[in-house]
Amino acid sequence: MTIQPGTEGGVPTTAPAGAEIGAPAQTPPSPDKGMFGVQGTGDVSGFGRLARPRPAVLDSPRPYGEYFDDVYDALEEAYPAINDAIEKVVVDRAELTLHVRAERIAEVCQVMRDDESLRFELCSSVDAVDYLGSDERRFHVTYQLTSMTYRRRVRLEVAVADGVTVPSVTQVYPTADWQEREIYDMFGVVFPGHPNLTRILMPDDWEGHPQRKDYPLGGVPVEYKGAEIPPPDQRRVYQ
Amino acid sequence: MTTSEYASERETTEGRVFTVTGGDWDTLTASVDPLSNEKIVVNMGPQHPSTHGVLRLVLELEGETVTECRPVVGYLHTGIEKNLEYRNWTQGVTFVTRMDYLSNMSNEVGYCLAVEKLLGITDQITERTNTIRVMFMELQRIASHLVWLATTGMELGAISMMLYGFREREYILDIFEETSGLRMNNGYIRPGGLAQDLPESAVRKIRDFLKYLPKKLKEYEAMLSGQIIWQQRTQGVAVLDVTGCLALGITGPVLRAAGLPWDLRKTMPYCGYENYDFDVPTATTADVWGRFLVRVAEIRESLKIVEQSLDRLRPGPIWIEDKKIAWPAQLALGLDGLGNSLEHVAKIMGQSMESLIHHFKLVTEGFRVPPGQVYVAIEHPRGELGVHAVSDGGTHPYRVHYREPSFVNLQAIPAMAEGALLADVIAGGASLDPVMGGCDR
Repeated sequence: MTIQPGTEGGVPTTAPAGAEIGAPAQTPPSPDKGMFGVQGTGDVSGFGRLARPRPAVLDSPRPYGEYFDDVYDALEEAYPAINDAIEKVVVDRAELTLHVRAERIAEVCQVMRDDESLRFELCSSVDAVDYLGSDERRFHVTYQLTSMTYRRRVRLEVAVADGVTVPSVTQVYPTADWQEREIYDMFGVVFPGHPNLTRILMPDDWEGHPQRKDYPLGGVPVEYKGAEIPPPDQRRVYQ
Repeated sequence: MTTSEYASERETTEGRVFTVTGGDWDTLTASVDPLSNEKIVVNMGPQHPSTHGVLRLVLELEGETVTECRPVVGYLHTGIEKNLEYRNWTQGVTFVTRMDYLSNMSNEVGYCLAVEKLLGITDQITERTNTIRVMFMELQRIASHLVWLATTGMELGAISMMLYGFREREYILDIFEETSGLRMNNGYIRPGGLAQDLPESAVRKIRDFLKYLPKKLKEYEAMLSGQIIWQQRTQGVAVLDVTGCLALGITGPVLRAAGLPWDLRKTMPYCGYENYDFDVPTATTADVWGRFLVRVAEIRESLKIVEQSLDRLRPGPIWIEDKKIAWPAQLALGLDGLGNSLEHVAKIMGQSMESLIHHFKLVTEGFRVPPGQVYVAIEHPRGELGVHAVSDGGTHPYRVHYREPSFVNLQAIPAMAEGALLADVIAGGASLDPVMGGCDR
């Protein structure tokens, strides 16, 4: 096939300099791409077309194993409203996750910290994940609690839809201060009760919340040795 | 009205604002009426030699006493966590190593342990790989603590310590370079193994270093510990007790200097740390002096671990057996830099189509990680480094969050600075050892 310069929209009017050398990077785009430059997965094995729905996170059955039963029983004893507060208990990869209803999280944290048989003194980390498209309540705020007394770890997870608030745990764990600010900055989740909920990593006048899945990565194409390399979020992805 | 080359003042709606640019504190204080303007708001940083990086502190002063301190971070935010979501799991190492640039090996190990836990292959990591990981994490800890000694020395007026600290660290960077090809940002630890094996020449260098450092360490201790200025600048300064540390989430040497021997290498071991013989140094003073003693003692303990890891080093594979995850080729140094070894390239290009396909699929697409989430924590030179990794079953991370000890520990600055003198803000901030690249990610 011969290339007709200047006939197709988007194709340069003349062949780029050095195109006649035939280096791959300098070959002008052809309207008839055949198998090349495919949209979608780029996977010719066929497996890439398989739809893999994210499996729903299910309740784990008792016994949970390890120290997890002790933790749950202790929480049940110390916190009578447990059935109202805990939505789900998941044990996966030797980690215990308690899915807590958003409005109860500060109370649960208080019990987790203060009860003698729980004693989760340290809140190691607070962060969020955006499950856009796979969960109605897209933002999952997770709290990684550490008990130094018993050398245990537990994860509390709170799921909220866009615009729904999560009570701040800064009264229980002051260390959550900056971490909740980071979640607000990156995801736009609001924590009532936080002493100073402002942006922390992005500039104060920034618009949007960068870690949301519908917030683009951005970037500009880069030219390297004559070839233009698109920004990372527009490159071909082998998923 | 002050008119000086260095200081100027202007009236704003929020009061009088002084703009000060040089060594002219006298000019400024002379122009402030002590009866009506007791409070001065000073903006320290983000470009200030004593704030340990691009950290900005907004300080409210009465005389020389700090009444309020607000740390402002975010100047080094580069969106590493967001970028990770657009690369495959192996490429992620290249990004996380650039977070806390003074302890990149620890960042890499934390990330790889999280990916391996997601894959369920933690037990399949080879003995040799675990030993090398431990060795490099400890060398990294020594390097990081040396930089801490160096920069803190500089900030408190011991300039010679800065030169010595950086000089010793260079030995460790040489070892890293010998092994991975890079001084910093190594990208050496990979999910499932290591980028390449530890060469014999690096082992010799490590052995030399183990002989060299203890002598030097004694000199530095003699130089600083006995020095009256160093003692007065550090003892009883920026005290934060165990209760304060736990409330604010402070871990690492700061917590241990307050007296709580909490070290994840002992309390929740990973990478086989339970097989090494070492102590967890603590102090009870909870001040900058205690943190200094703890860090110097930790360098000694790390040397012990490195020595044991050299003894434990046995020849063997560095990659896990699963060929769906293990990198298909050894790396080798070619004329154009580090790349896949020539033998491997010759094989996939000349002999085996299947090897070529396998290589191509693994390198471009990467491996799939079963859906789920994990939280892995390791003892970083600055405290607990937590990696919360989430997979949706694809070849890219769905979300990776770093619980950076620098970020969390910096929250302690107001608690340590308020009520103390301005000069102690420097000592207190330095004693937390924040690395802003890690803090802001």
